[in-house]
Amino acid sequence: MLDFVSTRRGILKTGGALVVTFALAAKPYFALAQGSAPKKTVASDEVDGFLSIDTDGQVTVYSGKVDLGTGLRTALTQIAAEELDLPLDRVKLVQGDTELTPDQGPTWASLSIQICGMRIRQAAATARKALTEIAAARFGMSAAELRIENGMIIGNGRSASYAELVGGTALSLKIDNNAPMKDPRTYKIVGKSVTRLDIPEKATGRFSYMHDFRVAGMLHGRVVRPLAIGARLESVDESSLNGVPGLVKVVREGNFLGVVATTEWGAIQAARKLKATWSKWEALPERTRLWQHVRTTKIESDAVTANVGDAAKALNDVPKRIAATYDFAIQTHGSIGPSCSVVEINDGRLTCWSASQATHRLKRQLAAMMNLPLDNVRCLYIEGSGCYGRNGHEDAAGDAAILSRAVGGRPVRVQWMRADEHGWDPKGPPILADLRAGVDDEGKVIVWESEFFVPKGGLGPVPLVAATLAEVSATPITEPYRFSNPNYMTSNTAISYTFPNVKTVAHLLAETPFRWSWIRSPARLQNTFANESFVDELAALVGADPLDFRLSHLNDPRGAELLRRLAILAHWEKRPSPLSPAQSDVMVGRGVSYAKDFPSPTYVGAVAEVEVDRRNGDIRVQRFFLAHDCGQIINPDGVKNQIEGNIIQTVSRTLKEEILFDRSAVTSLHWATYPILTFPEVPDVIIDLIDRPTEKASGAGEAATLVVPSAISNAVFDALGLRLRSVPFTPAKVLAAIEGH
Amino acid sequence: MPTSVSLDVNGRAVTIEVDDPGIPLLYALRDNLELKGPRFGCGLGQCGACAVLSDGELVLSCETPLTKVTNRKIVTLEGLGSPEQPSPVQQAFIDEQAAQCGFCLNGMIMRATVLLAKTKNPTVPQIKKALADNLCRCGTHLRIVRAVQRAARNA
Repeated sequence: MLDFVSTRRGILKTGGALVVTFALAAKPYFALAQGSAPKKTVASDEVDGFLSIDTDGQVTVYSGKVDLGTGLRTALTQIAAEELDLPLDRVKLVQGDTELTPDQGPTWASLSIQICGMRIRQAAATARKALTEIAAARFGMSAAELRIENGMIIGNGRSASYAELVGGTALSLKIDNNAPMKDPRTYKIVGKSVTRLDIPEKATGRFSYMHDFRVAGMLHGRVVRPLAIGARLESVDESSLNGVPGLVKVVREGNFLGVVATTEWGAIQAARKLKATWSKWEALPERTRLWQHVRTTKIESDAVTANVGDAAKALNDVPKRIAATYDFAIQTHGSIGPSCSVVEINDGRLTCWSASQATHRLKRQLAAMMNLPLDNVRCLYIEGSGCYGRNGHEDAAGDAAILSRAVGGRPVRVQWMRADEHGWDPKGPPILADLRAGVDDEGKVIVWESEFFVPKGGLGPVPLVAATLAEVSATPITEPYRFSNPNYMTSNTAISYTFPNVKTVAHLLAETPFRWSWIRSPARLQNTFANESFVDELAALVGADPLDFRLSHLNDPRGAELLRRLAILAHWEKRPSPLSPAQSDVMVGRGVSYAKDFPSPTYVGAVAEVEVDRRNGDIRVQRFFLAHDCGQIINPDGVKNQIEGNIIQTVSRTLKEEILFDRSAVTSLHWATYPILTFPEVPDVIIDLIDRPTEKASGAGEAATLVVPSAISNAVFDALGLRLRSVPFTPAKVLAAIEGH
Repeated sequence: MPTSVSLDVNGRAVTIEVDDPGIPLLYALRDNLELKGPRFGCGLGQCGACAVLSDGELVLSCETPLTKVTNRKIVTLEGLGSPEQPSPVQQAFIDEQAAQCGFCLNGMIMRATVLLAKTKNPTVPQIKKALADNLCRCGTHLRIVRAVQRAARNA
């Protein structure tokens, strides 16, 4: 520690004040970041990567993960303030700025608390320990004699603030994974429903979203997409734009087409009026034959995710067996605000403002696409409309980069129109599963076997639309952030239950019809839908209560406790499904589902209560009960908000959502053709939050999606005695099931 | 040719220059007047994110030509209140923590303001019906309904 004290004076000033200037001022970013003051470290093993303490005692936290509208900003602020014993208003958060924040990978899979939050906590604990040691040296006491209150280190009549000890200087410390952390039982801020820091400004129009961001001299761009996904741009008639006010340029690079104008409305009009001809391209599968297409797609390799006993032999030997196929439609992200970005290029340095969930990754992609050195690209996160996975933000940034370069690097703002968003954001891929199981004469389950058809690959960078159209590579030279599981889409194909013979296989498909990405619980949602619905089929086959059936095959005390609490929460009545033969026009039913999520080990259990109208096939989810165990809870109300949101969004995906397309392109280009759940259709949500303050914090909210489609399917079975195995459960499918029965 | 257009926005008389007087009100508010409350969501009148009040009635600014509102009193989310002095409806949304990303909030608060001006104690089904044309993708619906109930109680 003496070494730390003696060297810290020589270290540059990279305190919060300078950073706040970056965040608020329009210009000049690089002058500040790369001029007189040397760069702040973004190393993820350095305390300075994550924290700075300025001369006023204000702490700035630098987070590689970003708040996508989930309340993460508030939760991370709570974690840092708690560990440093500071009031919340003394902690500021800078998110997703590639010059200032460590690369912590994309903000995905509800891992931000589990990974980023815990890293920030460890950095804060390291700083706390160091500050105590500095104070101890200064006071001539031992660290054990000191205590911390409100950012003051106090002991035996002496005290010093963090600012007095180290304010405005770098700490130059490696994060110490053994630095003692506060005992959760002493927490004053973590574990409390601290109100969200952003809502007052959001409710009054003062909050600046990405879409509100402006820089001096900024122009407006719009893109003109091909009529068919793979079409070639044959000709452009620029004279079609004669008289459009404020037009600056029509930009064409390969098959990339866009316009730049001085005003936003001018750019919109130009994009609408521009006449261009495109070649024909009809290489998408026929929509009505989508599942045959998936089934016959080339399989690159198989991943066996569970193999116990001899499933093939057992299936052959059992006296009673069942089989079923489940499928889950292609879906879109559907952010309410279309993707938006601003890019400018000065002296070969590109600055991009984006609501990207992965600014470091975007930086690498933009550098590759624009053929710029990595150090000459900076991406800064600004919160946008809700983001539930890799949607179009990065693509809008790619568009803006090409348009900016075409107008000499002047700042260009690109906002996608609704049709760009619905038509061109990357889609959640179609997923298909075949399941088989068998029981003996006593009704004991002997075997479970499944095959899933999922796209190959992990969650690597999604190609930028602009790069693909302009026919240039945007593949980064290096991509350090990959998921530990290279075949992420196999997640949750294995089951939670113990049977004597189990084999689960994922067929990794060489391709999938649309450019794809992750949307809320990618594959975990679809795979759990198949598993948890088929478990229900097994329970019905043996005449067991479906919740009891799960409990009796679950060898996980935490999961079992959750299911028991769920039964109490939902006033679960023990009986097998279905309830009774259909007697009336509107039937009611209840269904249960359970999952342990991956890679965030969060436990969820659900009961859905539905009404099904047999006359028109309408399903109404009336109430949805959810028990949720994510270990330590940082902000209970924040977790509830996320759970409610994930459930409602997934009810929407389950009942309604499916993209429409012809052989050339997506045809569901707005909310009338891609409807989502509306207020009158929203269920009540009743939650049991299981708090385990001394357990590790795992991802909250997103796990709740996993159990939604199966709970609804199982409830419909309880009501009608019919299985729905194809998401979305549209009225047409319900009526077809009733008629086919 | 740029044209001058006079508007009454949030109690202020303003004059803006536009190339096209038929420009939707939304772009005049956002780009000329730099207001951030009204938001672009679809440009088709399908989602409600762009809502503003025109003489106390709700209009969707993304599909309302500027020429139609030149003699109206326009009120945006900023005109209802501020973080320091929120309107009762805005305060209820803050109290209920009724937001995730908050992008749809403008439309929700505008619609709720109009509803409560006409219906003092709306039932939950009435609130849901009034908001049926406003889309929220984050799934904040239940909190929004509770916020409208709270605003009605506090009125």
